Amino acid sequence: MTARVVLLGCGNPSRGDDALGPALLARIGSWLNARPDLDVRIVEDFQFQVEHALDLADADLVLFIDADASADAPFCLRRTKPERDASYTTHELSPEAVLCVAREVTGREPPPAWVLGLRGERFELGEPMSPAAAGHLEVALDELLELLDDPRASAWDARAAGW
Amino acid sequence: MTHLLETAARPRALRRVAIEPLTRVEGHGKVTLLLDEQHRVHQARLHIVEFRGFEKFIQGRPYWEVPVLVQRLCGICPVSHHLAAGKAVDMLVGVRRLTPTAEKLRRLMHDGQMLQSHALHFFHLASPDLLFGFDSEPERRNIVDVIGEYPELALQGVKLRKFGQEIIRHVAGKRIHGSACVPGGMNKALTVAERDALRRETGQMIAWSRDAVAICRRILDASPHAPIFGVFPSNFMSLIRADGALDMYDGGLRARDAQGALIFDHVDYTHYNRHIHEEVKSWSYMKFPFIINLGDEDGWYRVGPLARMNNCDFLDTPLAESERQVFRAAANGGMQHATLAYHWARLIEMLHAAEGIERLLDDPDITGTDLITTGERTLEGVGVIEAPRGTLFHHYKVDENDVVVRANLIVSTTNNNQAMNEAVRTVAATYLDGQKLTEGLLNHIEVAVRAFDPCLSCATHALGRMPLQVELVDAAGQMIDRLTKGADGLCSEGQAVP
Repeated sequence: MTARVVLLGCGNPSRGDDALGPALLARIGSWLNARPDLDVRIVEDFQFQVEHALDLADADLVLFIDADASADAPFCLRRTKPERDASYTTHELSPEAVLCVAREVTGREPPPAWVLGLRGERFELGEPMSPAAAGHLEVALDELLELLDDPRASAWDARAAGW
Repeated sequence: MTHLLETAARPRALRRVAIEPLTRVEGHGKVTLLLDEQHRVHQARLHIVEFRGFEKFIQGRPYWEVPVLVQRLCGICPVSHHLAAGKAVDMLVGVRRLTPTAEKLRRLMHDGQMLQSHALHFFHLASPDLLFGFDSEPERRNIVDVIGEYPELALQGVKLRKFGQEIIRHVAGKRIHGSACVPGGMNKALTVAERDALRRETGQMIAWSRDAVAICRRILDASPHAPIFGVFPSNFMSLIRADGALDMYDGGLRARDAQGALIFDHVDYTHYNRHIHEEVKSWSYMKFPFIINLGDEDGWYRVGPLARMNNCDFLDTPLAESERQVFRAAANGGMQHATLAYHWARLIEMLHAAEGIERLLDDPDITGTDLITTGERTLEGVGVIEAPRGTLFHHYKVDENDVVVRANLIVSTTNNNQAMNEAVRTVAATYLDGQKLTEGLLNHIEVAVRAFDPCLSCATHALGRMPLQVELVDAAGQMIDRLTKGADGLCSEGQAVP
């Protein structure tokens, strides 16, 4: 049986490099149309929130996708886990906090999860995606295709170790 | 009414305290306090540092794109912008009255937005302060700890929010970036199967909402802060239905003064700029609206849940109306002026929305298919709704090529701008004057701002961009102390600069 994967991505398509998350989801969504053998569910939002904890139910693997102002270019890929972080991120949660909420509200350990953070630098309203970010998107798309080609936790860990 | 503590007489002789940015508030905000050597507050200002460019973002676009485009102004309340823009665009195509089905679908979507937004605010943003206390350890004041200690309550909050979003998804066809509102109506009908699936859950949502009102009331009753925290007189403004009921989607503008006397009533919102003017101040990006007749000093007002509960004559759903009567009785029938009463009012509105959703789903019109009305094109459109945080104005002018040439938006947070400054000043004067600065005391100011649930910016969020820093700067601009909140919620004190 193929692994059930949830791609949970966020960003605002009209705020410069914040569009990286939605753009990557759009690209992979088109690609997935030709891969009915894969069990991949895409969830897109403006930011990670408490209710996304419920989107993780029944997943085998979860990948959080977002623009990241602190990542090294072109992107970072890292394993993550539930953490009680009071991340002071206003109307949004960190991926770690989403996993923690999932554990608390469902009473079960959340599925193994990774973060794909695409380096972005410009986030002004009405700005297009920067050329540098557009380049990071292409490299990240290649990486995501590799991940989906082998949807096993050990394989994803091995790829994350390379970053 | 406005200038107490807004501008110090000799600011260069004072120490400066900056809280930047505010936590659990959308976007970036900063509070600066100028203190003298005895720690007395001489000046307090709330700065909004990322709140601009909305109008420029809209100008130059064809009007039919605007309802979809404006959802990207705010990741927290995209539906509110979508509906306000939809109403303005209706006017551009000569439509002031939609088909019954189209109007009810918009109201249903609006109630879903109200439910999910208010649930997020109470259970996620406000409950850590209310349940653990303003002075509790900062690392506990977050939703994860709320879930740990009050798992049932927190789960209800998550499920209420999820249900509100399911309403939006079914009406709009998509969870985000939907195109539900089109010029003159709606894009998609609600199927009977969708209606039935949603209807099966409404009883539980109403019960949880009712419980949440009771919990909030108990917390505030037991709180030593509630009667004194951020209490200040103000005017109030909101939309009102022709019979005086609260109306979130349509109606006329009503404003009352601090004693409850009417300033204006049932004003056609398309004439809003005959009654409201926006003042620019040199120290803030955000404008300061005021009621023209009262002038800039006395004409500022509050909007949002507190204003709506104070302004309306009744709520048209039975359980929420019962709670409103308790709310008003607590102020002896007068106006509620306590900042923390925003939370109570917000939850009464959440109950009102849950009841409204059930009523709309029971209405046969909701699954109708007559969705579009047409009319004579005009070149100017105004749309106003009551968004979760307060009155929201969208005003567009288009040219003969259907391109928006002028846009004016007054968002809820702008309407509350002066009131939030007043709340900061009141709390600072009460809790910080003569005190040594601590994280807990500074959190009191954040609690006051959070009560308004402001969206200080909209939807930029990338990972790793939200530090929180408090700095003490002397009269010469030299930083003499620093307090930093990390991503783990812990505070660390920096070294004083010699």
